[in-house]
Amino acid sequence: MTATTVNPTHDLSQAQLQAAFYDLDEHDHPEGGSTMLGFWMYLMSDCLIFAMLFAAYGVLGGNFAAGPGPKDLFELPLVALNTAMLLFSSITYGFAMLAMEKGSKGAVQLWLLVTAAFGIAFLAIEMYEFYHLIHEGATPMRSGFLTAFFSLVGTHGLHVTFGLIWLFTLVVQVGTKGLIPANRRRLMCLSLFWHFLDVIWIGVFTFVYLMGML
Amino acid sequence: MGTEHAHSNPNAPDHHDEHGGSHGSMREYVVGFLLSVVLTAIPFWLVMTGAIPDKQTTALVIMAFALVQIVVHMIYFLHMNTKSENGWTVMALIFTIVVLVITLSGSLWVMYHLNHNMMPMSHDMSQVP
Repeated sequence: MTATTVNPTHDLSQAQLQAAFYDLDEHDHPEGGSTMLGFWMYLMSDCLIFAMLFAAYGVLGGNFAAGPGPKDLFELPLVALNTAMLLFSSITYGFAMLAMEKGSKGAVQLWLLVTAAFGIAFLAIEMYEFYHLIHEGATPMRSGFLTAFFSLVGTHGLHVTFGLIWLFTLVVQVGTKGLIPANRRRLMCLSLFWHFLDVIWIGVFTFVYLMGML
Repeated sequence: MGTEHAHSNPNAPDHHDEHGGSHGSMREYVVGFLLSVVLTAIPFWLVMTGAIPDKQTTALVIMAFALVQIVVHMIYFLHMNTKSENGWTVMALIFTIVVLVITLSGSLWVMYHLNHNMMPMSHDMSQVP
């Protein structure tokens, strides 16, 4: 910065004119200054992936190929339990963020682990449901409806799985390095990711499970 | 002088403020959670008990509940507001919603008509020799 601000008394040389027009110095970007916006962009693109899967379900959801339909397969009490698990995990993650704001490392780890427990419960219930469906012969290969169903719900479950891996990584990271700015940023990104998955689940239980049972 | 101005980063202080204020408060999380519980329970109750006999109406009502709950999550859990990141998060969201609506409605519309037109019509079938 100092090199270009040296002001000679004689006429400006070509190089200095260029320096005025083109920003030759690197900007001083604070570390992580654009992380949140970038992660938000990622979430929006992820949202489009789910939109495609919802569209596929909307188009193929009625093609049962003389196989079982939603009313034969879905159990709403189980889905309600699953929804509750995800909702509880959302608010416990919120508590982790509040603990982070207060700067209490142990509380952050504790709430993260509680969130993980709910997340694991969600996945376990989903696995149980999938296992039962496949056991009854309602595999993804059975009909267009089931292909679309397993793609949509399975992709959501996969996201939760990766969220859990990330969550456990952060528990360890916070444990070893503490609530440093980088870890705070990571916790906030995971917060967005986790709540975003809950938003997607609203669409899943409404359009797939509830509307399927009508 | 000119270069000095270009180098100063006007966004830097805003970013810090935004980061500090985007965690939400206990009250915000609890209100969001309670609203979500109510907005989830009502559609489940509607479908499980069949409180509204007309299926079309039930479908519209539960879709409306889903929409409201998504907005509640956006505000109370994702802490969306028009000021964060100088409004770019909202811009990205609006763009995403536009693309989402086009693709979803487009796919459903086109494929519905395709199915409709490909369906063997009974009066056509009767004329088949």
